[in-house]
Amino acid sequence: MTPAWVVRRIGRYVLIAVVLAFFAVPMLWLAGAPFDARPGFGVRWPEWTSANVVATFRHPYAVRSLVNSLVLCVVATAVTTAFAALAAYALSRVRIPGRDVLLYVLLLLSSVVTGTAAMVPLFVLMLQLGLVDSRFGTALVIAGGMLPAAIFVLKDFMDSVPRSYEESARVFGASPGQVLGHVVLPVARPGLAVVLVWSFVNAWGNFLLPFLLLRDVGKQPAAVLMRTLQDEGGSANLTVIPVFSLLYSIPVVLLYLVVDRRYGFRFHGGIKS
Amino acid sequence: MSAGDRDPAGLGTPRAIGLVAPALLLIGLFLAFPALWALYIGITDYQLTGPAAAEPRVVGLDNFATALDDALFANSLRLTALFVLGSAVVGQNALGFALAWLLRGVRPVLRRAVEGVVLLAWVLPGPVVAYLWFAVLSRDGGTLDLLLGRPGTAWLVEYPMASLVVFNTWRGTAFSMLLYTSALAAVPPSQLETARLAGAGGWRTVRDVVFPHIRGHVLTNTLLISLWTANDFTPFLLTAGGPNHESEVLPVLIYRQALDSGRLGYASAMSTLLLVGNLVVALVYLRLLRRRA
Repeated sequence: MTPAWVVRRIGRYVLIAVVLAFFAVPMLWLAGAPFDARPGFGVRWPEWTSANVVATFRHPYAVRSLVNSLVLCVVATAVTTAFAALAAYALSRVRIPGRDVLLYVLLLLSSVVTGTAAMVPLFVLMLQLGLVDSRFGTALVIAGGMLPAAIFVLKDFMDSVPRSYEESARVFGASPGQVLGHVVLPVARPGLAVVLVWSFVNAWGNFLLPFLLLRDVGKQPAAVLMRTLQDEGGSANLTVIPVFSLLYSIPVVLLYLVVDRRYGFRFHGGIKS
Repeated sequence: MSAGDRDPAGLGTPRAIGLVAPALLLIGLFLAFPALWALYIGITDYQLTGPAAAEPRVVGLDNFATALDDALFANSLRLTALFVLGSAVVGQNALGFALAWLLRGVRPVLRRAVEGVVLLAWVLPGPVVAYLWFAVLSRDGGTLDLLLGRPGTAWLVEYPMASLVVFNTWRGTAFSMLLYTSALAAVPPSQLETARLAGAGGWRTVRDVVFPHIRGHVLTNTLLISLWTANDFTPFLLTAGGPNHESEVLPVLIYRQALDSGRLGYASAMSTLLLVGNLVVALVYLRLLRRRA
């Protein structure tokens, strides 16, 4: 334990403390302001009250937008996971003509065509299909954007599932549908869980597409209502926004805790884009 | 042909195509087709309202010429470059690496706590994070004002780009941290030990021992997070491009031109330029991937 070693050690902990403060301080507001009788922008110890919570639940759009978020997310996540699982399985097991080209194009599409780069045609497309203000339509657009990445994650997974399982099932007379339902999908469950969580978190936080495609306040998800609440200005807002932010964050935080507990975050560096 | 090309479930090609079809339909409709259509809309004078809304005319490359001449477009390119360089290439990259490096050999409890907080910042919905920073940087009793004892500083108005850079660094560092943590785990401990015995300090160890090992990771990470940052629309939530276009990064400009000004053709031309930029970065990335594999 030389003096230089001690100094380095102290330096390291000081640095870690500074970084920890940088990341933690903005979040503290989310813990205090929702329950503060006089909520402001700054982080401070609250004068406890539940009045803000009551006000938020009475807000005409707050709870409704959370329900909208749920609808949007459940549809987008279910479609993404189901379609990606089927496609990934087929692409993993059968050499469809042009498969390699298809995979390459999908890989390119997934990173090149973003909601931002495609916002004008997407808006015009939905306008002409009469799907502006359709929650279901918006969910499908979100799913379309997530599918290529989901297919890649799942294909990797399916590739690592031993083929012998399916072959034995066939020896016992299982149909391809039964093999898929009773053998492959249960074995691929961890991969499906990853894609499920990833899609949900992505869809839940997606702002641009719902903002673009859902113009009616009654149909907007929480992501868009955050913006609407902020735009209104005035003092009534600071009673609603903190509680609303907290409610809106809870589902993804819970998912994060589940994932962190079950898998740790190390295995899937590319989970969120 | 690898072993993976056997068809163990006996699907057969027609059935396999049937399984891929639903996904391809959605991808085609909402990703591939819009990308191609953007190219077409970009060469028309399509408007949201007015005569050109009903019957857009093809105007060739006029929109592109307009963009190259447009001071606002040049401004947005400059700001986007600043945003990507500041928050992704430097901010997330450096902080992510620093965290991965600093947290080696720290007590597991502390390590988990720090990693947990950084990951939480990454998992929170973008609109919430934008509001958190809106509060921190607010003129009316925001946390930064309180901490620095400078009440009344409207950070978002006086330093809009710096605010965006800090905000995006905060939000995205976790990805780099995770990536560099796993990269560092692959550096042979014996080499680190040798460097330590030779009396090399932290900086020299990183430069001479660690960096040669993780160069591929650094490149990959930098390309990926740059791509995401250049296409990120959340700056709209924090500053909406203001004040006076001072933080109008490209995604925000495209939105403003399309939906606020109704110039769909013009906005689409700018989208196409963004698309081409993305394509270049993605191709470089794929090239690197293949070389590593």
